[in-house]
Amino acid sequence: MTAELTRTAAIDVERVRKDFPILERTVGEGRPLVYLDSAASSQKPRQVIEAMSDYYAHHHSNVHRGVHALAEEATALYEGARDKVAAFINAPDRNEVIFTKNSSEALNLVASVLGWAGEPYGLGPGDRVVITQMEHHSNIVPWQLTTQRTGSELAWLGLTDDGRLDLSNLDEVVNEHTKVVSVVHVSNILGTVNPLEVIVRRAHDVGAVVVVDASQSAPHLPLDVQTLGADFVAFTGHKMLGPTGIGVLWGRAELLNELPPFLGGGEMVGVVNMEGSTYAPIPHKYEAGTMPIAEAVGLGAAVDYLTALGMDNVARHEHEIVSYALERLGAVDGLRIIGPTEPEQHGAAISFILSVEGLGEIHPHDVGQVLDEQGIAVRVGQHCARPVCVRYGIPATTRASFSVYTTRAEIDALVDGLEHVKRFFGA
Amino acid sequence: MKLESMYQEIILDHYRSPHHKGLRDGFGAEVHHINPTCGDEVTLRVHLDDESQGEQAIIKDVSYESQGCSISQASASVLTDLVIGKNVAEAFAVHEAFLELMQSKGEAQGDEDVLEDAVAFAGVSKFPARVKCALLSWMALKDATAQALARSTQKETEQ
Ligand SMILES: Cc1ncc(COP(=O)(O)O)c(C=O)c1O
Repeated sequence: MTAELTRTAAIDVERVRKDFPILERTVGEGRPLVYLDSAASSQKPRQVIEAMSDYYAHHHSNVHRGVHALAEEATALYEGARDKVAAFINAPDRNEVIFTKNSSEALNLVASVLGWAGEPYGLGPGDRVVITQMEHHSNIVPWQLTTQRTGSELAWLGLTDDGRLDLSNLDEVVNEHTKVVSVVHVSNILGTVNPLEVIVRRAHDVGAVVVVDASQSAPHLPLDVQTLGADFVAFTGHKMLGPTGIGVLWGRAELLNELPPFLGGGEMVGVVNMEGSTYAPIPHKYEAGTMPIAEAVGLGAAVDYLTALGMDNVARHEHEIVSYALERLGAVDGLRIIGPTEPEQHGAAISFILSVEGLGEIHPHDVGQVLDEQGIAVRVGQHCARPVCVRYGIPATTRASFSVYTTRAEIDALVDGLEHVKRFFGA
Repeated sequence: MKLESMYQEIILDHYRSPHHKGLRDGFGAEVHHINPTCGDEVTLRVHLDDESQGEQAIIKDVSYESQGCSISQASASVLTDLVIGKNVAEAFAVHEAFLELMQSKGEAQGDEDVLEDAVAFAGVSKFPARVKCALLSWMALKDATAQALARSTQKETEQ
Protein backbone atom coordinates (compact mmCIF):
# COMPACT_ATOMS: atom_id res chain seq x y z
CA MET A 1 0.00 0.00 0.00
CA THR A 2 1.31 3.42 -0.82
CA ALA A 3 1.19 6.31 1.55
CA GLU A 4 -1.11 8.09 -0.85
CA LEU A 5 -3.72 5.38 -0.46
CA THR A 6 -3.56 5.07 3.30
CA ARG A 7 -3.71 8.70 4.26
CA THR A 8 -6.79 10.85 3.90
CA ALA A 9 -6.63 14.54 4.55
CA ALA A 10 -7.92 14.08 8.07
CA ILE A 11 -6.52 10.84 9.45
CA ASP A 12 -3.29 8.89 9.21
CA VAL A 13 -5.07 5.63 8.53
CA GLU A 14 -1.89 3.60 8.50
CA ARG A 15 -1.24 4.59 12.09
CA VAL A 16 -4.83 4.10 13.14
CA ARG A 17 -4.85 0.59 11.66
CA LYS A 18 -1.91 -0.40 13.85
CA ASP A 19 -4.19 0.12 16.86
CA PHE A 20 -6.62 -2.54 15.66
CA PRO A 21 -5.07 -5.98 16.17
CA ILE A 22 -7.79 -7.80 14.23
CA LEU A 23 -6.91 -5.93 11.03
CA GLU A 24 -3.63 -7.84 10.94
CA ARG A 25 -5.27 -11.22 10.60
CA THR A 26 -6.02 -13.09 7.43
CA VAL A 27 -9.10 -15.06 6.46
CA GLY A 28 -9.60 -18.17 4.35
CA GLU A 29 -6.52 -18.98 2.35
CA GLY A 30 -4.30 -16.29 3.78
CA ARG A 31 -6.27 -13.35 2.41
CA PRO A 32 -5.79 -10.06 4.23
CA LEU A 33 -9.00 -9.05 5.95
CA VAL A 34 -10.91 -6.26 4.22
CA TYR A 35 -13.47 -5.39 6.85
CA LEU A 36 -16.35 -3.42 5.32
CA ASP A 37 -19.00 -4.28 7.91
CA SER A 38 -18.46 -1.61 10.54
CA ALA A 39 -22.11 -0.53 10.46
CA ALA A 40 -23.03 -3.94 11.87
CA SER A 41 -20.27 -3.71 14.44
CA SER A 42 -16.97 -1.88 14.36
CA GLN A 43 -13.63 -3.41 15.31
CA LYS A 44 -11.91 -2.44 18.57
CA PRO A 45 -8.61 -0.64 19.09
CA ARG A 46 -6.21 -2.19 21.60
CA GLN A 47 -6.80 0.84 23.86
CA VAL A 48 -10.37 -0.43 24.40
CA ILE A 49 -9.34 -4.07 24.78
CA GLU A 50 -6.61 -3.12 27.26
CA ALA A 51 -8.86 -0.82 29.27
CA MET A 52 -11.28 -3.67 29.80
CA SER A 53 -8.67 -6.27 30.67
CA ASP A 54 -6.91 -3.81 32.96
CA TYR A 55 -10.21 -3.18 34.68
CA TYR A 56 -10.75 -6.88 35.30
CA ALA A 57 -7.11 -7.54 36.21
CA HIS A 58 -6.76 -4.69 38.68
CA HIS A 59 -9.95 -2.87 39.65
CA HIS A 60 -13.02 -5.04 39.43
CA SER A 61 -15.71 -4.98 42.08
CA ASN A 62 -19.37 -4.11 42.12
CA VAL A 63 -20.01 -0.38 41.89
CA HIS A 64 -21.79 1.90 44.37
CA ARG A 65 -21.91 -0.94 46.87
CA GLY A 66 -18.99 -0.94 49.17
CA VAL A 67 -16.53 1.03 51.16
CA HIS A 68 -13.48 -1.00 50.22
CA ALA A 69 -10.79 0.20 47.85
CA LEU A 70 -11.83 -1.87 44.85
CA ALA A 71 -15.47 -0.77 45.11
CA GLU A 72 -14.29 2.81 45.05
CA GLU A 73 -11.95 2.28 42.12
CA ALA A 74 -14.57 0.43 40.11
CA THR A 75 -17.15 3.11 40.87
CA ALA A 76 -14.73 5.86 39.85
CA LEU A 77 -14.00 4.09 36.56
CA TYR A 78 -17.68 3.44 35.84
CA GLU A 79 -18.76 6.96 36.65
CA GLY A 80 -15.70 8.27 34.83
CA ALA A 81 -16.98 6.55 31.70
CA ARG A 82 -20.26 8.42 32.15
CA ASP A 83 -18.36 11.71 32.32
CA LYS A 84 -16.51 10.86 29.11
CA VAL A 85 -19.70 10.01 27.27
CA ALA A 86 -21.40 13.16 28.58
CA ALA A 87 -18.53 15.28 27.26
CA PHE A 88 -18.51 13.38 23.96
CA ILE A 89 -22.13 14.35 23.24
CA ASN A 90 -21.92 17.73 24.99
CA ALA A 91 -24.63 16.78 27.48
CA PRO A 92 -25.53 19.71 29.75
CA ASP A 93 -25.67 17.36 32.76
CA ARG A 94 -23.74 14.09 33.25
CA ASN A 95 -26.73 12.58 35.06
CA GLU A 96 -28.64 12.66 31.79
CA VAL A 97 -26.44 9.84 30.46
CA ILE A 98 -28.08 6.48 31.17
CA PHE A 99 -26.17 3.29 30.44
CA THR A 100 -28.17 0.54 28.74
CA LYS A 101 -27.35 -2.75 27.05
CA ASN A 102 -27.45 -1.28 23.52
CA SER A 103 -29.50 1.04 21.32
CA SER A 104 -32.36 -1.40 21.23
CA GLU A 105 -32.70 -1.35 25.00
CA ALA A 106 -32.40 2.43 25.06
CA LEU A 107 -35.23 2.77 22.54
CA ASN A 108 -37.35 0.19 24.36
CA LEU A 109 -36.78 2.12 27.56
CA VAL A 110 -38.12 5.37 26.08
CA ALA A 111 -41.00 3.69 24.29
CA SER A 112 -42.03 1.81 27.43
CA VAL A 113 -41.89 4.66 29.92
CA LEU A 114 -43.67 7.05 27.55
CA GLY A 115 -46.37 4.39 27.23
CA TRP A 116 -46.66 4.06 31.02
CA ALA A 117 -46.43 7.76 31.88
CA GLY A 118 -49.32 9.86 33.05
CA GLU A 119 -50.19 13.28 31.62
CA PRO A 120 -48.75 15.16 29.85
CA TYR A 121 -46.33 12.64 28.31
CA GLY A 122 -48.27 9.38 28.45
CA LEU A 123 -49.82 7.79 25.38
CA GLY A 124 -53.44 6.80 24.99
CA PRO A 125 -56.25 6.55 22.45
CA GLY A 126 -56.23 9.55 20.14
CA ASP A 127 -52.48 10.10 20.55
CA ARG A 128 -50.02 9.53 17.76
CA VAL A 129 -46.42 8.32 17.54
CA VAL A 130 -44.53 9.14 14.35
CA ILE A 131 -41.56 7.17 13.02
CA THR A 132 -40.16 6.82 9.50
CA GLN A 133 -40.00 4.10 6.88
CA MET A 134 -36.19 4.00 7.11
CA GLU A 135 -35.99 3.01 10.77
CA HIS A 136 -34.04 0.01 12.00
CA HIS A 137 -36.40 -2.62 13.43
CA SER A 138 -35.17 -1.47 16.86
CA ASN A 139 -36.92 1.86 16.33
CA ILE A 140 -40.07 0.31 14.86
CA VAL A 141 -41.03 -2.64 17.02
CA PRO A 142 -40.81 -0.88 20.44
CA TRP A 143 -43.23 1.77 19.14
CA GLN A 144 -45.55 -0.87 17.69
CA LEU A 145 -45.63 -2.54 21.09
CA THR A 146 -46.27 0.71 22.92
CA THR A 147 -48.95 2.02 20.58
CA GLN A 148 -50.70 -1.37 20.58
CA ARG A 149 -50.66 -1.51 24.38
CA THR A 150 -51.90 2.04 24.87
CA GLY A 151 -54.38 2.18 22.01
CA SER A 152 -52.50 5.07 20.43
CA GLU A 153 -51.74 5.33 16.74
CA LEU A 154 -48.48 4.72 14.85
CA ALA A 155 -47.82 6.83 11.74
CA TRP A 156 -44.70 7.26 9.63
CA LEU A 157 -42.93 9.44 7.13
CA GLY A 158 -42.24 7.75 3.80
CA LEU A 159 -39.20 7.76 1.52
CA THR A 160 -38.44 9.44 -1.78
CA ASP A 161 -37.23 7.42 -4.76
CA ASP A 162 -33.68 8.62 -4.19
CA GLY A 163 -33.48 7.31 -0.63
CA ARG A 164 -34.27 10.36 1.46
CA LEU A 165 -37.10 11.11 3.86
CA ASP A 166 -40.21 12.41 2.13
CA LEU A 167 -40.96 15.53 4.14
CA SER A 168 -43.58 16.90 1.74
CA ASN A 169 -46.35 15.88 4.15
CA LEU A 170 -44.42 16.45 7.38
CA ASP A 171 -47.05 18.85 8.75
CA GLU A 172 -49.87 16.35 8.14
CA VAL A 173 -48.06 13.32 9.55
CA VAL A 174 -46.70 15.17 12.57
CA ASN A 175 -50.08 16.63 13.49
CA GLU A 176 -51.39 18.17 16.72
CA HIS A 177 -52.20 14.71 18.15
CA THR A 178 -48.57 13.67 17.87
CA LYS A 179 -46.88 13.06 21.21
CA VAL A 180 -43.69 11.36 20.08
CA VAL A 181 -41.52 11.61 16.97
CA SER A 182 -38.77 8.99 16.82
CA VAL A 183 -36.38 9.16 13.90
CA VAL A 184 -33.05 7.75 12.83
CA HIS A 185 -30.19 10.24 12.41
CA VAL A 186 -28.28 8.19 9.81
CA SER A 187 -29.89 5.21 8.09
CA ASN A 188 -27.97 1.96 8.52
CA ILE A 189 -29.16 0.61 5.18
CA LEU A 190 -29.34 3.67 2.91
CA GLY A 191 -26.62 5.76 4.51
CA THR A 192 -28.89 8.81 4.42
CA VAL A 193 -28.17 11.58 6.91
CA ASN A 194 -31.57 12.97 7.85
CA PRO A 195 -32.35 16.70 8.21
CA LEU A 196 -33.25 16.50 11.87
CA GLU A 197 -33.56 20.24 12.32
CA VAL A 198 -36.81 20.53 10.35
CA ILE A 199 -38.26 17.46 11.99
CA VAL A 200 -37.34 18.55 15.52
CA ARG A 201 -38.81 22.02 14.87
CA ARG A 202 -42.13 20.65 13.62
CA ALA A 203 -42.33 18.07 16.42
CA HIS A 204 -41.70 20.67 19.11
CA ASP A 205 -44.22 23.02 17.48
CA VAL A 206 -46.92 20.44 18.15
CA GLY A 207 -45.53 19.66 21.61
CA ALA A 208 -44.16 16.20 20.77
CA VAL A 209 -41.17 14.57 22.44
CA VAL A 210 -38.36 13.86 19.95
CA VAL A 211 -36.30 10.67 20.09
CA VAL A 212 -33.24 10.29 17.84
CA ASP A 213 -31.67 6.94 17.00
CA ALA A 214 -28.03 7.98 16.70
CA SER A 215 -26.63 4.41 16.39
CA GLN A 216 -25.06 5.20 13.01
CA SER A 217 -24.14 8.81 13.68
CA ALA A 218 -22.41 8.69 17.07
CA PRO A 219 -19.51 6.66 15.59
CA HIS A 220 -19.05 8.93 12.59
CA LEU A 221 -20.17 12.53 13.13
CA PRO A 222 -19.70 15.10 15.88
CA LEU A 223 -22.77 14.60 18.04
CA ASP A 224 -23.91 17.53 20.15
CA VAL A 225 -27.20 16.85 21.89
CA GLN A 226 -27.67 20.53 22.63
CA THR A 227 -27.50 21.58 18.97
CA LEU A 228 -29.53 18.57 17.93
CA GLY A 229 -32.39 19.80 20.07
CA ALA A 230 -33.94 16.36 20.59
CA ASP A 231 -35.31 15.14 23.93
CA PHE A 232 -33.80 11.64 23.83
CA VAL A 233 -30.81 10.27 21.91
CA ALA A 234 -29.90 6.57 21.74
CA PHE A 235 -26.67 4.93 20.59
CA THR A 236 -24.75 1.72 21.00
CA GLY A 237 -21.15 1.07 22.09
CA HIS A 238 -20.16 -1.73 19.74
CA LYS A 239 -20.62 0.37 16.60
CA MET A 240 -18.34 3.14 17.90
CA LEU A 241 -15.17 1.13 18.58
CA GLY A 242 -16.47 0.10 22.00
CA PRO A 243 -17.50 -3.29 23.35
CA THR A 244 -20.82 -5.09 22.98
CA GLY A 245 -23.24 -5.05 25.90
CA ILE A 246 -23.22 -1.30 26.50
CA GLY A 247 -25.37 1.44 25.02
CA VAL A 248 -26.44 4.92 25.96
CA LEU A 249 -29.67 6.78 26.36
CA TRP A 250 -29.29 10.49 26.77
CA GLY A 251 -32.45 12.27 27.89
CA ARG A 252 -33.37 15.70 29.17
CA ALA A 253 -33.18 15.70 32.97
CA GLU A 254 -36.64 17.18 33.44
CA LEU A 255 -38.17 14.37 31.40
CA LEU A 256 -36.12 11.59 33.00
CA ASN A 257 -37.01 12.94 36.45
CA GLU A 258 -40.69 12.94 35.67
CA LEU A 259 -41.15 9.72 33.70
CA PRO A 260 -41.69 6.40 35.50
CA PRO A 261 -38.83 3.89 35.94
CA PHE A 262 -38.20 1.16 33.36
CA LEU A 263 -36.70 -1.90 35.05
CA GLY A 264 -36.97 -2.42 38.79
CA GLY A 265 -34.17 -3.82 40.91
CA GLY A 266 -31.17 -3.06 43.01
CA GLU A 267 -29.56 0.38 42.81
CA MET A 268 -32.53 2.09 41.13
CA VAL A 269 -34.35 2.60 44.41
CA GLY A 270 -34.45 5.06 47.28
CA VAL A 271 -36.30 3.38 50.13
CA VAL A 272 -37.88 -0.04 49.67
CA ASN A 273 -40.84 -1.03 51.82
CA MET A 274 -42.97 -4.09 51.29
CA GLU A 275 -45.82 -1.78 50.28
CA GLY A 276 -43.88 0.26 47.77
CA SER A 277 -40.64 2.05 47.03
CA THR A 278 -39.15 5.37 46.15
CA TYR A 279 -36.68 5.69 43.34
CA ALA A 280 -33.11 6.85 43.11
CA PRO A 281 -32.35 10.10 41.32
CA ILE A 282 -31.19 9.88 37.69
CA PRO A 283 -29.13 8.31 36.23
CA HIS A 284 -29.47 5.44 38.75
CA LYS A 285 -33.25 5.42 38.51
CA TYR A 286 -32.82 3.86 35.08
CA GLU A 287 -29.93 1.53 35.87
CA ALA A 288 -31.41 -1.44 37.72
CA GLY A 289 -29.17 -4.24 38.88
CA THR A 290 -25.45 -4.72 38.33
CA MET A 291 -24.56 -2.88 35.16
CA PRO A 292 -22.03 -3.91 32.49
CA ILE A 293 -19.19 -2.18 34.30
CA ALA A 294 -16.23 -3.37 32.23
CA GLU A 295 -18.20 -2.56 29.09
CA ALA A 296 -18.84 0.99 30.31
CA VAL A 297 -15.12 1.34 30.97
CA GLY A 298 -14.45 0.03 27.45
CA LEU A 299 -16.90 2.54 25.99
CA GLY A 300 -15.12 5.29 27.90
CA ALA A 301 -11.85 4.21 26.27
CA ALA A 302 -13.52 4.16 22.84
CA VAL A 303 -14.80 7.69 23.39
CA ASP A 304 -11.27 8.75 24.40
CA TYR A 305 -9.93 7.19 21.23
CA LEU A 306 -12.46 8.95 19.00
CA THR A 307 -11.98 12.22 20.85
CA ALA A 308 -8.21 12.02 20.37
CA LEU A 309 -8.71 11.53 16.63
CA GLY A 310 -11.24 14.35 16.70
CA MET A 311 -14.78 13.72 15.50
CA ASP A 312 -14.40 16.44 12.86
CA ASN A 313 -11.44 14.51 11.45
CA VAL A 314 -13.35 11.24 11.65
CA ALA A 315 -16.22 12.80 9.72
CA ARG A 316 -13.88 14.27 7.11
CA HIS A 317 -12.04 10.99 6.65
CA GLU A 318 -15.24 9.04 6.23
CA HIS A 319 -16.71 11.62 3.87
CA GLU A 320 -13.64 11.19 1.71
CA ILE A 321 -13.96 7.39 1.80
CA VAL A 322 -17.69 7.51 1.06
CA SER A 323 -17.16 9.94 -1.85
CA TYR A 324 -14.49 7.67 -3.30
CA ALA A 325 -16.64 4.56 -2.79
CA LEU A 326 -19.71 6.15 -4.39
CA GLU A 327 -17.62 7.16 -7.38
CA ARG A 328 -15.94 3.78 -7.81
CA LEU A 329 -19.06 1.68 -7.13
CA GLY A 330 -21.11 3.95 -9.37
CA ALA A 331 -18.77 3.08 -12.23
CA VAL A 332 -19.17 -0.70 -11.82
CA ASP A 333 -21.18 -2.13 -14.69
CA GLY A 334 -24.49 -3.58 -13.49
CA LEU A 335 -24.28 -2.04 -10.01
CA ARG A 336 -27.23 -0.07 -8.70
CA ILE A 337 -26.86 1.94 -5.51
CA ILE A 338 -29.88 1.82 -3.18
CA GLY A 339 -30.06 5.17 -1.42
CA PRO A 340 -28.51 8.54 -2.13
CA THR A 341 -25.76 8.43 -4.76
CA GLU A 342 -24.27 11.81 -3.85
CA PRO A 343 -21.77 12.12 -1.01
CA GLU A 344 -23.58 15.09 0.51
CA GLN A 345 -25.48 14.11 3.68
CA HIS A 346 -24.33 10.53 3.19
CA GLY A 347 -23.23 8.40 6.12
CA ALA A 348 -20.59 5.69 6.14
CA ALA A 349 -22.69 2.90 4.58
CA ILE A 350 -23.58 2.14 0.97
CA SER A 351 -26.13 -0.47 -0.12
CA PHE A 352 -26.29 -1.84 -3.63
CA ILE A 353 -27.59 -4.52 -5.96
CA LEU A 354 -25.29 -6.19 -8.47
CA SER A 355 -26.46 -7.62 -11.79
CA VAL A 356 -24.66 -9.55 -14.46
CA GLU A 357 -25.50 -10.12 -18.07
CA GLY A 358 -27.30 -13.38 -18.75
CA LEU A 359 -28.44 -13.85 -15.16
CA GLY A 360 -29.83 -10.54 -13.97
CA GLU A 361 -29.55 -9.61 -10.30
CA ILE A 362 -27.11 -11.70 -8.32
CA HIS A 363 -28.61 -12.33 -4.92
CA PRO A 364 -26.74 -10.46 -2.16
CA HIS A 365 -26.07 -13.75 -0.35
CA ASP A 366 -24.14 -14.97 -3.33
CA VAL A 367 -22.32 -11.65 -3.70
CA GLY A 368 -21.32 -11.74 -0.04
CA GLN A 369 -20.17 -15.36 -0.22
CA VAL A 370 -17.88 -14.82 -3.18
CA LEU A 371 -16.50 -11.62 -1.61
CA ASP A 372 -15.85 -13.55 1.59
CA GLU A 373 -13.71 -16.01 -0.32
CA GLN A 374 -11.51 -13.02 -1.17
CA GLY A 375 -11.31 -11.88 2.43
CA ILE A 376 -13.83 -9.07 1.98
CA ALA A 377 -16.45 -8.83 4.74
CA VAL A 378 -19.69 -7.07 3.78
CA ARG A 379 -23.17 -7.49 5.16
CA VAL A 380 -25.96 -8.95 3.06
CA GLY A 381 -29.68 -9.16 3.73
CA GLN A 382 -32.30 -6.69 4.87
CA HIS A 383 -30.17 -5.05 7.57
CA CYS A 384 -33.03 -5.07 10.09
CA ALA A 385 -34.83 -2.59 7.86
CA ARG A 386 -37.30 -4.72 5.93
CA PRO A 387 -39.68 -1.82 5.21
CA VAL A 388 -36.89 -0.15 3.19
CA CYS A 389 -36.46 -3.27 1.05
CA VAL A 390 -40.22 -3.44 0.52
CA ARG A 391 -40.31 0.28 -0.39
CA TYR A 392 -37.72 -0.22 -3.12
CA GLY A 393 -39.05 -3.61 -4.26
CA ILE A 394 -35.84 -5.50 -3.52
CA PRO A 395 -35.37 -8.72 -1.55
CA ALA A 396 -32.14 -7.63 0.12
CA THR A 397 -28.99 -5.60 -0.48
CA THR A 398 -25.25 -5.93 -0.21
CA ARG A 399 -23.88 -3.26 2.11
CA ALA A 400 -20.36 -1.95 2.45
CA SER A 401 -19.74 0.24 5.50
CA PHE A 402 -16.74 2.14 6.74
CA SER A 403 -14.97 3.37 9.81
CA VAL A 404 -11.89 5.28 10.93
CA TYR A 405 -9.63 2.46 9.70
CA THR A 406 -11.09 2.11 6.20
CA THR A 407 -8.71 2.83 3.33
CA ARG A 408 -9.20 3.67 -0.32
CA ALA A 409 -7.25 0.50 -1.11
CA GLU A 410 -10.05 -1.46 0.57
CA ILE A 411 -12.62 0.20 -1.68
CA ASP A 412 -10.46 -0.82 -4.65
CA ALA A 413 -10.40 -4.39 -3.30
CA LEU A 414 -14.19 -4.33 -3.08
CA VAL A 415 -14.55 -3.15 -6.66
CA ASP A 416 -12.14 -5.84 -7.89
CA GLY A 417 -14.04 -8.37 -5.78
CA LEU A 418 -17.33 -7.39 -7.40
CA GLU A 419 -15.86 -7.89 -10.86
CA HIS A 420 -14.85 -11.37 -9.73
CA VAL A 421 -18.39 -12.01 -8.47
CA LYS A 422 -19.74 -11.12 -11.90
CA ARG A 423 -17.29 -13.46 -13.63
CA PHE A 424 -18.18 -16.23 -11.19
CA PHE A 425 -21.94 -16.08 -11.78
CA GLY A 426 -22.01 -14.78 -15.36
CA ALA A 427 -23.47 -17.22 -17.86
CA MET B 1 -12.67 -23.46 2.00
CA LYS B 2 -13.00 -23.64 -1.72
CA LEU B 3 -15.92 -21.69 -3.02
CA GLU B 4 -16.38 -24.25 -5.79
CA SER B 5 -17.24 -26.89 -3.20
CA MET B 6 -20.41 -24.93 -2.51
CA TYR B 7 -21.17 -23.55 -5.94
CA GLN B 8 -21.09 -26.84 -7.84
CA GLU B 9 -21.80 -26.54 -11.54
CA ILE B 10 -25.02 -28.57 -11.03
CA ILE B 11 -26.22 -26.00 -8.49
CA LEU B 12 -25.45 -23.09 -10.79
CA ASP B 13 -27.24 -24.86 -13.67
CA HIS B 14 -30.39 -25.34 -11.59
CA TYR B 15 -30.10 -21.72 -10.45
CA ARG B 16 -29.82 -20.36 -13.99
CA SER B 17 -32.59 -22.62 -15.39
CA PRO B 18 -34.83 -23.82 -12.56
CA HIS B 19 -37.12 -26.81 -13.13
CA HIS B 20 -40.88 -26.81 -12.49
CA LYS B 21 -40.86 -23.15 -11.45
CA GLY B 22 -44.11 -21.16 -11.38
CA LEU B 23 -47.35 -21.67 -9.49
CA ARG B 24 -49.82 -24.11 -11.02
CA ASP B 25 -53.50 -24.65 -10.26
CA GLY B 26 -55.00 -27.79 -8.76
CA PHE B 27 -53.20 -28.15 -5.43
CA GLY B 28 -53.99 -29.53 -2.01
CA ALA B 29 -52.13 -26.97 0.04
CA GLU B 30 -50.07 -23.84 -0.40
CA VAL B 31 -47.54 -22.46 2.08
CA HIS B 32 -45.34 -19.40 2.25
CA HIS B 33 -42.03 -19.75 4.03
CA ILE B 34 -39.42 -17.08 4.65
CA ASN B 35 -35.92 -16.95 5.97
CA PRO B 36 -36.09 -13.71 7.95
CA THR B 37 -32.34 -13.24 8.34
CA CYS B 38 -31.79 -12.93 4.60
CA GLY B 39 -35.18 -12.31 3.05
CA ASP B 40 -35.39 -15.53 1.02
CA GLU B 41 -39.03 -16.39 0.35
CA VAL B 42 -40.86 -19.31 -1.22
CA THR B 43 -44.50 -19.94 -1.98
CA LEU B 44 -44.96 -23.63 -2.59
CA ARG B 45 -47.96 -25.76 -3.62
CA VAL B 46 -48.32 -29.51 -3.33
CA HIS B 47 -50.76 -31.52 -5.41
CA LEU B 48 -51.44 -35.09 -4.21
CA ASP B 49 -53.35 -37.56 -6.38
CA ASP B 50 -55.47 -38.94 -3.56
CA GLU B 51 -55.11 -37.51 -0.07
CA SER B 52 -57.14 -40.31 1.50
CA GLN B 53 -54.19 -42.63 0.77
CA GLY B 54 -52.21 -40.84 3.47
CA GLU B 55 -48.48 -41.41 3.12
CA GLN B 56 -49.11 -43.63 0.11
CA ALA B 57 -50.57 -40.71 -1.84
CA ILE B 58 -48.55 -39.81 -4.93
CA ILE B 59 -47.14 -36.30 -5.28
CA LYS B 60 -48.51 -35.32 -8.68
CA ASP B 61 -46.96 -31.86 -8.72
CA VAL B 62 -44.95 -29.38 -6.70
CA SER B 63 -45.10 -25.83 -8.00
CA TYR B 64 -43.43 -22.80 -6.50
CA GLU B 65 -42.56 -19.15 -6.80
CA SER B 66 -39.46 -18.05 -4.99
CA GLN B 67 -37.04 -15.26 -4.41
CA GLY B 68 -33.60 -15.73 -3.00
CA CYS B 69 -30.01 -16.73 -3.46
CA SER B 70 -28.63 -19.35 -5.84
CA ILE B 71 -28.57 -22.00 -3.13
CA SER B 72 -32.23 -21.60 -2.17
CA GLN B 73 -33.33 -21.38 -5.82
CA ALA B 74 -31.34 -24.40 -6.95
CA SER B 75 -32.51 -26.38 -3.94
CA ALA B 76 -36.17 -25.79 -4.83
CA SER B 77 -35.52 -26.88 -8.41
CA VAL B 78 -33.72 -30.07 -7.34
CA LEU B 79 -36.48 -30.81 -4.85
CA THR B 80 -39.17 -30.83 -7.52
CA ASP B 81 -37.13 -33.22 -9.69
CA LEU B 82 -36.73 -35.53 -6.71
CA VAL B 83 -40.21 -35.71 -5.25
CA ILE B 84 -42.68 -35.33 -8.12
CA GLY B 85 -43.97 -38.83 -8.88
CA LYS B 86 -42.95 -40.29 -5.53
CA ASN B 87 -45.41 -41.11 -2.78
CA VAL B 88 -45.39 -39.04 0.39
CA ALA B 89 -43.51 -41.62 2.48
CA GLU B 90 -40.76 -41.84 -0.15
CA ALA B 91 -40.56 -38.06 -0.46
CA PHE B 92 -40.27 -37.66 3.31
CA ALA B 93 -37.46 -40.23 3.31
CA VAL B 94 -35.60 -38.14 0.71
CA HIS B 95 -36.25 -35.06 2.82
CA GLU B 96 -34.78 -36.86 5.82
CA ALA B 97 -31.69 -37.85 3.82
CA PHE B 98 -31.23 -34.28 2.58
CA LEU B 99 -31.63 -32.88 6.08
CA GLU B 100 -28.98 -35.28 7.34
CA LEU B 101 -26.62 -34.25 4.55
CA MET B 102 -27.14 -30.56 5.31
CA GLN B 103 -26.46 -31.11 9.01
CA SER B 104 -23.25 -33.03 8.34
CA LYS B 105 -20.93 -29.98 8.44
CA GLY B 106 -19.16 -31.20 5.33
CA GLU B 107 -18.58 -34.72 6.67
CA ALA B 108 -21.14 -36.61 4.57
CA GLN B 109 -21.19 -37.21 0.82
CA GLY B 110 -24.85 -38.13 0.48
CA ASP B 111 -26.25 -41.24 -1.19
CA GLU B 112 -26.54 -40.45 -4.88
CA ASP B 113 -29.15 -43.21 -5.39
CA VAL B 114 -31.47 -41.39 -2.98
CA LEU B 115 -30.49 -37.77 -3.45
CA GLU B 116 -29.47 -37.63 -7.13
CA ASP B 117 -28.54 -33.99 -8.02
CA ALA B 118 -29.03 -33.01 -4.38
CA VAL B 119 -25.69 -34.58 -3.41
CA ALA B 120 -24.19 -31.46 -4.99
CA PHE B 121 -25.30 -29.61 -1.84
CA ALA B 122 -22.85 -31.55 0.34
CA GLY B 123 -20.42 -28.61 0.11
CA VAL B 124 -23.07 -26.16 1.32
CA SER B 125 -23.21 -27.99 4.65
CA LYS B 126 -19.78 -26.52 5.44
CA PHE B 127 -21.26 -23.01 5.41
CA PRO B 128 -23.59 -22.76 8.43
CA ALA B 129 -25.08 -19.46 7.24
CA ARG B 130 -26.22 -21.07 4.00
CA VAL B 131 -27.73 -24.32 5.30
CA LYS B 132 -31.00 -22.48 5.97
CA CYS B 133 -31.10 -21.35 2.35
CA ALA B 134 -30.79 -24.94 1.11
CA LEU B 135 -33.48 -26.16 3.50
CA LEU B 136 -36.07 -23.44 2.91
CA SER B 137 -38.06 -25.16 0.15
CA TRP B 138 -37.73 -28.56 1.81
CA MET B 139 -39.29 -27.22 4.99
CA ALA B 140 -42.04 -25.69 2.86
CA LEU B 141 -42.62 -29.03 1.12
CA LYS B 142 -42.93 -30.88 4.41
CA ASP B 143 -45.34 -28.28 5.76
CA ALA B 144 -47.49 -28.15 2.61
CA THR B 145 -47.71 -31.94 2.34
CA ALA B 146 -48.67 -32.30 5.99
CA GLN B 147 -51.33 -29.62 5.52
CA ALA B 148 -52.72 -31.32 2.43
CA LEU B 149 -52.98 -34.62 4.28
CA ALA B 150 -54.47 -33.02 7.39
CA ARG B 151 -57.07 -31.26 5.29
CA SER B 152 -58.23 -34.56 3.80
CA THR B 153 -58.59 -36.24 7.22
CA GLN B 154 -60.50 -33.18 8.37
CA LYS B 155 -62.83 -33.53 5.40
CA GLU B 156 -63.41 -37.20 6.20
CA THR B 157 -64.31 -36.55 9.79
CA GLU B 158 -66.68 -33.80 8.73
CA GLN B 159 -68.49 -36.14 6.34
C1 LIG C 1 -29.84 2.62 12.97
C2 LIG C 1 -29.73 1.54 13.99
N1 LIG C 1 -30.55 1.55 15.06
C3 LIG C 1 -30.48 0.61 16.01
C4 LIG C 1 -29.57 -0.41 15.94
C5 LIG C 1 -29.56 -1.44 17.02
O1 LIG C 1 -28.37 -1.48 17.71
P1 LIG C 1 -28.15 -2.63 18.79
O2 LIG C 1 -28.31 -3.91 18.05
O3 LIG C 1 -26.78 -2.45 19.30
O4 LIG C 1 -29.20 -2.46 19.81
C6 LIG C 1 -28.71 -0.47 14.84
C7 LIG C 1 -27.71 -1.56 14.70
O5 LIG C 1 -27.91 -2.62 14.19
C8 LIG C 1 -28.79 0.52 13.85
O6 LIG C 1 -28.00 0.50 12.78
